[in-house]
Amino acid sequence: MLSALARAQAAATGVAQPLTTVGHLHAAAAPLVCVPLALAGETLAPLAALVGTDRAAPRLLVVPQPRNRDLRFAFAAALAAEVLPYLDARRGATEDVPADRGRQVRVRYLDAPQVWVPNPGGVEFVRLLGRSLRFRRTDGEHPVPAAVPRLGCWLTFLADRAELPGSALLVAATAALGAHWATGQSAVEDAHLPALLAWIDPPEGRTGAGAAAAAEDPAVTPPAGPATDPAFDRDVLAPLVAAYDRGAPDAPGRLAAALRGQLTPAWDAVWRAYDLLAALPPGATVAARWGQDRDAFTGYAAHLDEGGLPQPRHDSAVAAAARLHRLERAAATYALQRAYDDPLVLADHRLAGEAFRGEVVLADPTRVDDSGRRPVLRPRITVRSADPLHLAPGTALCAPGRPKQRATLVSVEGRDAVLELRGGMGRGRTPEAGSVPEVGEVVTYTTLTDAFAPAPAFPAPEDTPWTHGGPPADPAGGDPRGGAEVPGDPPAGAPPEPVPAG
Amino acid sequence: MTDTVAAALARVRGPAAPVRHNARTIAALTGNPDCRRRAVLDAAGVDKTALAQYVGHPARYGQSPFAIIRGHAFEARVKADGYAALRALVAAKLPGADVAGPAVDLGDGGADNAARYARTRAVLGGDEVALADHPLLRLSVAGQHVYLEPDLVACRVAGRLHVVEVKSFPVLDGRADPAKVAAAAVQAAVYVLGLRELRAAGGADPDAVATDALLVCPRDFGHEPTVAVLDLRRQVAVLRRQLRRLARVADLLADLPADFTVDLGGEGGAPARPPGAVAAALARLAARYTPDCLAACELAYHCRAEAAGSTAALGPAVREELGGVPDVAAVLAYADGAPPADPTQAEAAAVLRRAARLRAEALAGAAVWEC
Amino acid sequence: MWQAAGMESTAAARAREVTDAVLADLAAGVHRGVVVDSPPGAGKSTLVVRAARELAATGAATMIVAQTNEQVDDLVDRIAGADDRLRLGRLSAADYRPTPRVARHRNVRVAAKPADLDAPAVTVGTAAKWATVAEGTWPWAIVDEAYQMRADALLRVAPRFDRALFVGDPGQLDPFSTVDTGRWTGVSWDPMQSAVAVLLRHNPDLPLHRLPVSWRLPPSAAAVVAEAFYPDAPFTAGTAPGVRRWALDGPPVDAYDDTLDTAARTGWALHSLPPAFTPRTDAEAAAACAALAGRLLSRGATATCERTTAPVTAERIAVGAAHRDQVAAIRSALPPHAAQVTVDTANRLQGREYDVTIVLHPLSGRRDATAFHLEAGRLCVLTSRHRQACVVVARAGIPALLDAYPSREPVHLDTPVRFPDGWAAHHALLEHLAATAH
Repeated sequence: MLSALARAQAAATGVAQPLTTVGHLHAAAAPLVCVPLALAGETLAPLAALVGTDRAAPRLLVVPQPRNRDLRFAFAAALAAEVLPYLDARRGATEDVPADRGRQVRVRYLDAPQVWVPNPGGVEFVRLLGRSLRFRRTDGEHPVPAAVPRLGCWLTFLADRAELPGSALLVAATAALGAHWATGQSAVEDAHLPALLAWIDPPEGRTGAGAAAAAEDPAVTPPAGPATDPAFDRDVLAPLVAAYDRGAPDAPGRLAAALRGQLTPAWDAVWRAYDLLAALPPGATVAARWGQDRDAFTGYAAHLDEGGLPQPRHDSAVAAAARLHRLERAAATYALQRAYDDPLVLADHRLAGEAFRGEVVLADPTRVDDSGRRPVLRPRITVRSADPLHLAPGTALCAPGRPKQRATLVSVEGRDAVLELRGGMGRGRTPEAGSVPEVGEVVTYTTLTDAFAPAPAFPAPEDTPWTHGGPPADPAGGDPRGGAEVPGDPPAGAPPEPVPAG
Repeated sequence: MTDTVAAALARVRGPAAPVRHNARTIAALTGNPDCRRRAVLDAAGVDKTALAQYVGHPARYGQSPFAIIRGHAFEARVKADGYAALRALVAAKLPGADVAGPAVDLGDGGADNAARYARTRAVLGGDEVALADHPLLRLSVAGQHVYLEPDLVACRVAGRLHVVEVKSFPVLDGRADPAKVAAAAVQAAVYVLGLRELRAAGGADPDAVATDALLVCPRDFGHEPTVAVLDLRRQVAVLRRQLRRLARVADLLADLPADFTVDLGGEGGAPARPPGAVAAALARLAARYTPDCLAACELAYHCRAEAAGSTAALGPAVREELGGVPDVAAVLAYADGAPPADPTQAEAAAVLRRAARLRAEALAGAAVWEC
Repeated sequence: MWQAAGMESTAAARAREVTDAVLADLAAGVHRGVVVDSPPGAGKSTLVVRAARELAATGAATMIVAQTNEQVDDLVDRIAGADDRLRLGRLSAADYRPTPRVARHRNVRVAAKPADLDAPAVTVGTAAKWATVAEGTWPWAIVDEAYQMRADALLRVAPRFDRALFVGDPGQLDPFSTVDTGRWTGVSWDPMQSAVAVLLRHNPDLPLHRLPVSWRLPPSAAAVVAEAFYPDAPFTAGTAPGVRRWALDGPPVDAYDDTLDTAARTGWALHSLPPAFTPRTDAEAAAACAALAGRLLSRGATATCERTTAPVTAERIAVGAAHRDQVAAIRSALPPHAAQVTVDTANRLQGREYDVTIVLHPLSGRRDATAFHLEAGRLCVLTSRHRQACVVVARAGIPALLDAYPSREPVHLDTPVRFPDGWAAHHALLEHLAATAH
């Protein structure tokens, strides 16, 4: 609702409106930008890419005849020569992280890769390229250099990770911008990076609306890929590829120039998107999420170092269930963290009646519930709120400032909500100072919780039950099916990063 | 169709040659079924591409020559050597399928539509032919007979006719782009209806046309074909209902002024009328613009320009979130506390006012964390 | 009346035939699984209780997997009440306090671990709780509400049993997720499928039974619900026309009374509001839902069924809506004397039963339909909770809204098409409501 209102405001004012007060995405100090193009009509035939970490000096990779498999693998090898050293360079210093409630120590890199592509189509390109490369063999009939399947594994890792809500290892610029600004156009049109940027950061002297309209003309602003402009294909690319096939000596140079012309605006646009997001003050939990990304990077690097197998084509039954669990938990945590980090996000929950804000008017911090087997500390507070209180008694609530404390809505009387608190008050019979809200304090409670159920148990792949087809033929996780845990992700039951308070 | 409706549609179009419906335009009927503008213009056979260009908002889609070449090459591969690849795929997919019988190409020769249709009817009404390529079908759309020239094969398996769609998008690890499959399914459903009309017209059992179509696509990264079975029961039901509704084009025409036309004004449809006048005429025929139109209709950019300032232009989900208030100016006025112009919008106005307050409060940094 | 009685006994005979066939399949032990589709109120719980007792009688330990704690308590209560010598275990979370209907049975033991239950004949727990049990196997499981259970949840409990009876209602809401699950669509073990779907894709030869009689829905509803939502699995009402009846006591005054009287006469009523595009929490529609419930109670109504004649109290009335904020709006609009009326979302009304239900139509006041609002299971749950009558509250103009719906739903390869289609089901129900109006 608030984002819809922001869109209306943007449409009226001609310039994009903020959807957040902080940045929710970690902007890495040294991102790698990759703007790919693919040939129309093929499953995946890379045509060209601009790639690199220096915005002033992108490396242009071109496949002059995209249907030629040797040239395609040459492209892959050249891309690997850009990407793999970038990844290796993130594997410098490490830090120790306490694990298993302090009983063990986990080591992780201080840095991790962050690859930027223009849009979700770019993520899909990464996924498809990873799929097409990771099973290539370095021996046999069509051998490829070892870097090619290795790149395939890494690209697959990045694309898989991009499905995880809150991850920042592979970033689609349109999605990242769209999560932080509302334009005065529709989500369909927001998929076009130049138009989206025109709304957010219009050129001097123009409205976002006007600049966006101009940016839509492919003759003026080429699309940000991976699909090319059909008119470019017809008028420029097809004749040049034909010239290349004929062996025209100037064809490679002209092709490179034409493709560079198509790619450069998107290259610049991705960097502008990066700058815009890097300029936002980061939310409080951004660093913690980046820490999980670094964990995942560390884990996958170790997996490859140990000669681990490439990711299977399909998740096995067990792997699919485990991954779904991870994705759902990440989504819940990310929603909660954004709301806690950002009053504007929280305002949306308040508007929807899923959160309320008010002043504590009564507090009984030492209340003890002795109806059970043993007496327990269960303070109660009464919050007076101007927000509509539509929540049903019994609803579980959480306060952003007190993430370890759970509240239960006991009753609602007019504007007053009575809450019963548990946890986060220390171990004594009286609550630690400041752990129970005091009279006069302004508090916010939401229905968003990341109440972690006990770590779910999944059967081992070789114990896949008969209801799900029984054990896979090759539970070791090789090609084509199987593989329980995806290397690089923490085990399903690993405790989450602590959420910094305040 | 009555003469008056036919005459009215001819007047809407003007002297330009009519653009015929094809499977894609019929499929589009289910994409935005409530757009009166599209319904009338398509029924009248108006060249929407030319019209959009003329009023200054040309359509922005085309197909890359690379995609066209690849599509043709793939189709040729599937059909090569007497449809050998297709026969093998079908036999493997539908166990017990006997597709060894003769194949006939109904597309060759310079025969006119009526003759080709008659020949198609004869071939597909009988049961000797296992594969029929390039049949000519006919479908009643808004009272008109529309000829369809599917680039398809009708394939007979166990006495039932199956539509075969050959598409050049890939099936990778058993999955294909769901939007592309959906488009193929709707087109195939158009052909199912066409085949059923053809069987019925020839006195044969229309139900011998299966609602299971066969979709042939390249597998993984290569050019080898693979086949999937598409269950079209939903698509056939939706199309049937929409085609029935379309019979009401006469009602739509009745709502228009008697002299309504989008004729460009010159000889044989050549441009003469000022573009502004054509756009003004178009404005009298209500469009139901949604951003999804941009990928589906030649006139969409014009309709979008018309919709500027409306919440519809922001997308249906946003409009719904804004309480269904139709224009942006009203949304902002309500957000500022203006009283609702329309009593049914009072509630939306209240919510918007509260939303604006919460948004302003958060942006102003008023809600710094307690404790 | 002998005809009506005859019809009921025929229905009972048909239902018993199916139940007997199910139990025979279990006893034969030829198949590892048996699936029973049960339309709304077709005696699913009765079947589960009977199957549990028969399996217990063979001496085989049986585990029962239900989806919510409420369902577990219901089953414990029913099984324990049916046989006070049968020893039952109620598997629960550590902080669970037995509800009165569990605590009153002396043959029920409650514990957080199977080992602490003292090897009962039947152990009952939620799917989430069973998923935490890492050891032991049970010769038999009964999986209740199996269409509400996700395939990934079944994966976690399936290692615990050798054979299983799966019981559920295929017309209810599909499982859902908050994340994009596209990477698994088409895969046979897609975790987003229902437990039954994944089971049958890997074991297509398992026997599938269908309970043929709804004992909840009156004849006025059974035909409509069966046709709109169960096109492949027809069922009939267990009672003859005229056996279920109810009437309002006080005199009619306004349009609410007309609606209620129509519902009393025909079993259905459409309470139509003037067309308007509104926010989801349409105050007028919420007020109408609340007022209908209030009026029903203030006029007073008496319902007669094959079992008894009794007043329709607040506990016997429910109001259903699609969204939580709508539920909140309706709840806050209830007059004080109707405060005990149940108001809830379709998700939470699944499996529950009332005399009269009032439904806020999911498409009321909207400009556009969406897949969520068209979902057949949602409408099916909302319109199949009643023993007497169902009142649908809606803004005018929904048929046009349905016709304008753009059919652009994505199509996935190798994924069975779900029937019925929500769009068609909505049309069918509205046509019936229009026909019964006044």
